[in-house]
Formats: sequence, structure tokens, C-alpha cells
Amino acid sequence: MDLLDKFDATVALRESLPFEKADPFSVVMDELISETEAMIGGRRTILAGTNNYMGMTFNDEAIEAAKKALDDFGTGTTGSRVLNGTYGGHKALEATIADFYGMEHCMVFSTGYQANLGMISALGGKGDYVIIDADSHASIYDGCAMGNASIVRFKHNNVEQMERRLKRLPEDVGKLVVVEGMYSMLGDAAPLKELLEVAKKYGCMTLVDEAHSMGFCGENGRGIAEELGVEHLADFIVGTFSKSVGTVGGFAVSNHPKFDVLRFVSRPYIFTASLPPSVVASATASINAIKRGGNRRAHLWENARQLHGGLKEAGFKMCTETAESPIIAVHLPDPMMGTRFWEQLLMEGVYVNMAAPPATPAGMFLMRVSVCAQHTSEQVNEIIKRFRITAQKVGLELNI
Amino acid sequence: MANAETFETICSLIAPINKKGIVVKPETTFAVDLELDSLTVMDLVAEIEDEFDIIMPLNLLPDLETVQQVTDAVEKILAEG
Repeated sequence: MDLLDKFDATVALRESLPFEKADPFSVVMDELISETEAMIGGRRTILAGTNNYMGMTFNDEAIEAAKKALDDFGTGTTGSRVLNGTYGGHKALEATIADFYGMEHCMVFSTGYQANLGMISALGGKGDYVIIDADSHASIYDGCAMGNASIVRFKHNNVEQMERRLKRLPEDVGKLVVVEGMYSMLGDAAPLKELLEVAKKYGCMTLVDEAHSMGFCGENGRGIAEELGVEHLADFIVGTFSKSVGTVGGFAVSNHPKFDVLRFVSRPYIFTASLPPSVVASATASINAIKRGGNRRAHLWENARQLHGGLKEAGFKMCTETAESPIIAVHLPDPMMGTRFWEQLLMEGVYVNMAAPPATPAGMFLMRVSVCAQHTSEQVNEIIKRFRITAQKVGLELNI
Repeated sequence: MANAETFETICSLIAPINKKGIVVKPETTFAVDLELDSLTVMDLVAEIEDEFDIIMPLNLLPDLETVQQVTDAVEKILAEG
């Protein structure tokens, strides 16, 4: 029996989409002109779907630090954090992040995915309960699947639904509530204050994933928990270096006195090689720059509002009423229209993410745009203009 | 059938997502007969949880293929409650 037969339906679905000139799953960026532009298929393209919120991928200090680390420490550590893979740079990065969050402890993981996997699978043991939002990222679901806890799911951002479930759980068991600050597909923020207060009322420990809110939410860019003044209600904050920080890796911070034991029990932390010294050095430099990046934050929010306002005015169906984040998602009626729209927009020189089920909630088909602090307002206008042209060319009806 | 009432209640929760309008029997399966994807099944579980005021951990789902199996699971949780 061919083990790949079970994916025939997936292959059929992919082949049913009418891509002619490009395919969203096979885009190749041949040359990066800057944080905001690349050459794709010989075409100069505005990047509006790279999660590069703070535009740190070409930050001078981060690049210099990485080059120096390459010269001084080589290309890789060839080992686990708990064996030969911890260099001075890894400890310095953990100290930088702990200081940034004003917390006692920090663990750096090799990816953001592994940070969630490693935290949730280690915290949720047999007999414990992990309570998650239905629209959680795959890394949260996978962390749940990897651990031995019972998993309870509540409707997206629904405080009342969560409370009803917490009420039904036994009192004297371990309970971990896991929520994200910002949800990556629609760019909608969580009612974090209410969620965390209710979680605490029922004696739960809490983990907040700030992957899509770190860098630009809160006065210092620590995320939504900072913005709402509820960091003291989060026992663990998880984040990534692959969005605002502009490289790759993940982290968790906490004030819990026993936090460091996780280094010895979290398998996704232990059984993989640590981050290369150059990545660690650029992440450290980038986080320091983010800390001082008030102007970038302000410009990023201006860009987000300009894009959301412009697309809304043009008559596109927006997924959020206002710009809640630099993720601006546009609703499209069906896969065929979505496919044609995405392809034509790329031909017009704008790259966005085509998001389809199961990555999206409720079977939605989205053009997911993410703006960057380094986009100029002219570029944002250009994105809006090309969205309009594309709608006209593919016959998408706009709400005017 | 001792759990006829539970079965009926679950059927009423399935009705709105029974797009093809098939007759729901105890042996009806969610994935094949009702053609529900995993996300829809998880939403159905949330409805069942609220209807019966119970918790059905997601970990149970892989073993629940038919409406009868879900009915039995609900009754078991209620009995343990």
C-alpha cells in the first residue's frame, strides 16, 4: 500500500485551483532589494505579506552583529542547548530578553514553533488540563498533542465560553490557559485583560503567545499584555524572532522561581541544535533596537491604518472593523476568486499571503496583508491602488 | 435504548450542520457519512459540551467516529460527573 495515497484529496484540491502564472505555495524570491521589495519571477514586487512588522531584516546593527559573530564563533553550534550548544551569546540573548520583559527568567528555543511546543508539552502533564482558544496557531495545537494533558477548547476570543468551561473543571488539578495576544490570520487582538482575569479567578496558570504582537504593541513593544497592563497576570510569555525581530528562533519568559527546570524536561528545547551564533547576535541587536524603536512603531501603526482605511474605502470586505494590528485581512468570496485575485495581484507587483482553510477560521478565504514599519506611505498607497486594479481585472465586486 | 434521549439531543445539534440531510442513525459516522471536517466536528463538540454542561477533552475525539460512540461518551462523562 502506498502511504502517500492518503494525500490524494489534498493533491486534487491543489490541482483544482486555477493557477496559471504563479502558485502561492511555490513563490521564489530571487533577490531581496530591501525589507519591503523583492524580485519575484523577474518582477520588482512590493512585499506585503512577510510578517516583517518592524522591518528589522536589514537593520544595520543586527547585520553587523551577525557578521562579527560569524567571524568569532563560526557558522553553527552543532549541539543542543543542554550539551555543547550554549555559547556566551545565547546567555546574553536570554538576559537581553528577560531584561526587555522585566522578568527573571528566559529560555531561547530554536524556533517560535518549538517554543510553544516545548512550553505546552512540558507544562501540560498527565491529569492536567490545557485550555486553548479554538483559533490557536498550529504550534499550540501541536504542543497539546505532544503533551499528556486533557485539552479543552473554547470559541475564539469568547471570555464567557471560556469561563463556562473553567467552571466545569475540577478545582484541584493543574490548569494552563493558553491564548495569543494577536491572531495571525485575521489580525484580531484578544480581550486579554478579561481572559487572563477569568483564568486567574479559576486558579489557572496562563501562557500568552505574543508572536504577532511583539515589537509594536505596548510602549516598549513587548506585546498586547504590556499595552493592556496585564503582564502580571501572565505566568509565561512566549514569542518569536521570526516576525518583528527579523530572524529565526523563539523564547519564553517568566518570573516563576522553578522556571529553569524546563530546560531539563522540555524535549523540543533539548533534542535539537541551538541557534547559530550569528542568528543569536542579530536577535540581540534587533531586540535592543526594538526597545528604542518608538518611531518605527508609530510609523507601522500609521501604515496599518492607512492600508485598512484605503482598502475599506475602495470597497473591499475587511476582516476587522479597524486596523487592530499590522495584519490587514481582506475577505474573498470563494477559492476560485481568491486564487485569481492573488495571482493577478502578484502580476501587478504586490506579494500578499493567500490564506485558506484549514489555516483560516470558519472556512474563510483571505488575502492576508502584513505591513512593515519600513513601508513608505507611497508604497502603502501603491498597494491600495494595485488592489483596486486587481479587483477590476478579475471581476471582484466591490462594496461602493 | 437507554440513552435515547441523549441520542436525540445530539441529533438535534447535528441537524444544522447536516448539509446533505441524511437520516442520522447510531452508526452514522461524522467524517464519512456526514462529511464533516475536523474543525466542524470540534465546533460540534463545543455545542455538545454546552448542551450537557460537561467537558469533552479534544483527546477523546480520535476514538469517536459514530454518533453512538459520542452518545456513549457523553453518558459516561455525565455518570462520572
